[in-house]
Amino acid sequence: MTDSITIISYVTFIFGISALSYAIGWIFRARWANIAGTTAMVVATLGNLAAFILRWMETYWLGYGHMPLASLYESLIFFSLTIGIIYLYVEYRFRYRVIGFFAGLSAFLALAYASLPSVGSQIQPLMPALQSNWLIIHVMTYFFGYASLTLAFCVSLLFLLKSAGKNPDDGFRAHIPGFRTLDDLTYQLVMFGFLFITLGLITGAVWAEQAWGRYWGWDPKETWSLITWFIYATLLHARLMRGWEGKRLAYISILGFAAMLFTYFGVNLLPGLHSYL
Amino acid sequence: MNEPIKSVDPTDRIWNFFASVKLSVVLLLTLALTSIIGTLIPQNKEAAQYIQQFGETWHRIFGTLNFYDMYGSWWFQLLLALLIVNTIVCSIERLSSTWKVIFPEKPVYKADRFRKSQYRRSLSDTRKPEELKDSISRYMEKRFRHSRVEPLENGFRVYGEKGRWTRMGAYIIHTSVLLLVLGVLISSMFGYEGRMNLPVGETNNTMILRHSDARIQLDFSLRCDDFSITHYPGSGRVQEYRSEIAIIQDGEEVKNHSLIVNDPIRFRGYSIYQSTYGRIPEDAFTLVFAEAESGLETRKKAEKGEEVPLPGGRGQITIQDYTNNFNFRGHNLGPTYLAMMEPTGESPRPVILPVEHPNFDRMRQGEFIVRLENIDYRYFTGLQIARDPGIPIVFISFVIMVLGFFITFYMAHRQVCIEAVRKDDGKTEISVSGIAANRRPGINMTVKRTMERIERILKRHHT
Ligand code: HEM
Repeated sequence: MTDSITIISYVTFIFGISALSYAIGWIFRARWANIAGTTAMVVATLGNLAAFILRWMETYWLGYGHMPLASLYESLIFFSLTIGIIYLYVEYRFRYRVIGFFAGLSAFLALAYASLPSVGSQIQPLMPALQSNWLIIHVMTYFFGYASLTLAFCVSLLFLLKSAGKNPDDGFRAHIPGFRTLDDLTYQLVMFGFLFITLGLITGAVWAEQAWGRYWGWDPKETWSLITWFIYATLLHARLMRGWEGKRLAYISILGFAAMLFTYFGVNLLPGLHSYL
Repeated sequence: MNEPIKSVDPTDRIWNFFASVKLSVVLLLTLALTSIIGTLIPQNKEAAQYIQQFGETWHRIFGTLNFYDMYGSWWFQLLLALLIVNTIVCSIERLSSTWKVIFPEKPVYKADRFRKSQYRRSLSDTRKPEELKDSISRYMEKRFRHSRVEPLENGFRVYGEKGRWTRMGAYIIHTSVLLLVLGVLISSMFGYEGRMNLPVGETNNTMILRHSDARIQLDFSLRCDDFSITHYPGSGRVQEYRSEIAIIQDGEEVKNHSLIVNDPIRFRGYSIYQSTYGRIPEDAFTLVFAEAESGLETRKKAEKGEEVPLPGGRGQITIQDYTNNFNFRGHNLGPTYLAMMEPTGESPRPVILPVEHPNFDRMRQGEFIVRLENIDYRYFTGLQIARDPGIPIVFISFVIMVLGFFITFYMAHRQVCIEAVRKDDGKTEISVSGIAANRRPGINMTVKRTMERIERILKRHHT
């Protein structure tokens, strides 16, 4: 019987194929490649979901039963899953496939990182503080937010790419959707992402109150997620109230994404001890 | 030139300063930036640790800038206070214009604005506008809260509008932010928190406050009736620890609770958490002496404080002390007994007996290697007790905030205009265009859906 870790290694590969196909479809205007990209993306996302469910079952077989959202490895698996889901929804609804390259690449990178030995893929039993339904809601809302903000970052990159050359409609730039579309898409993804990281912050606070008797403690991870939140709140005000668009908005989106990445990965490098990730 | 008139009245100028969204963008980014400091410098540690880490000079500079208790520092609190004033002034400043949008005396629709909208779709039909007028305007009436039909020279125009009230969304969000800050303020002013270690079978009503180490008498007592630990099968990891807690008030047992992590007891404004646990050794054990050379072992039952003769009458040893955490050259050895050994004819020397490291005494390279066996333990449960009247306010603000986001993000104020105009070629051009508060792109979908509905209506007309 295959285990979830093996499935994930296939899924990593398929996300890579998907990114590559979308890239070919984008640069050579090849319709078949775009279709291949979408197909690979669907297969990879479904495979990712299957691996997630299988790992969930594996935790029970080991007698540790818990939803696999409790270690860096498990969170990365869920991260790539949410990227796949949200990207497919965006493609279905807006029909732009250029973003697929970036989405596939992000999911691929997340899973490639998960496969590093230092990340540690073994299933661990949950310590008592992590046995909470709030943990599940907390992590899930955060990763839907993270995935959405990651895609917003991808769209912002596309925006900068399109505006970098003399003519936004020459060569491969011609296939990037128009400025207005990119701008709207960034805003919509940020809106959704912001709503979800807010829910993540809130459920985190509720959980912390239940587990440790305080809803906020200025621990580095908490502080960095607040920093991220402040940056995206700035973006929303700049866009809604001051009419910021285009490059300026793209820069804030990139800044916010950098803060988000640091919240996710970088905080471990700082002094202090946040629970488990 | 049409320079805006700068007011000289200082109150006006202060007001205008705080009424600007530019200020809030600056403040939000400044808060984000400065918050980083507290994640780079460990907070609220001992001075010695800082001096070692940063050196004397930097230590003094950081201390002066309050970097060691950054989030409680006056300047960080000032930034937060500015944000609050900013939010309030901004909201008041805009309230009247928002009010006029929500409750207009007579709604005005500007056809120009719709024509310039980037969210616009059109199609053409062979019938005359008058033939379509009824069904389109009926649809708009049904679909939108407010709608109005205007005749045109060779056609007509219908406006539809909904979600005016969602303009209040920003106020809902900002109110929730203010409420959140209020809750946090109440927490920090009136909340307190402490701990109580309660051995199984004992009753206590004194908690030790965090930070100050002051003792507080509660007006109820807690009794620990039992304590148990479950381990994961096949691994030594703790799965759960659980205390049976009884709450006693005025001599009466008022509540029983099986307490585990993540499921605190809520009692009259207090929250009681399962925080840690530990073992208190009873003062009886067996001392084991192993001869360093031969490995020959001798066992003696003993109690704390008792003088125990060493094998062969070669001196004596006394177990004097016990500590839960013994620190040896930077390593935590865990629960440890401390003894004093007096070999005959030599000066007394300390012996360290960590319970979990039975071979530790080998390091001393003495004549005997001493260890302990058969130690009797009793568990104590480590409770954390908190009272925080800010929590309900904070949690209510969370609910309001999410509600506010939902309203502002997904139910924005939108207006749609449909024009049907007879062209020179005899065909009728039907266009749908939309505008939304603050150019929200969601309007694109509204326009698209409206167009789809219109197409369907036109088709039905045919048959
Ligand atoms: C601290 C967290 C804050 C959050 C999460 C937040 C969130 C939002 C959101 C989502 C909107 C869009 C509402 C809409 O389009 O109708 C908004 C609008 C606005 N925000 Fe904030 N805001 C915050 C703080 C502030 C502050 C400090 C100010 C100070 C000036 C401010 C001023 C405004 C103004 C003037 C609007 C436009 C209101 C209107 O439509 O009339 N916000 N805010």
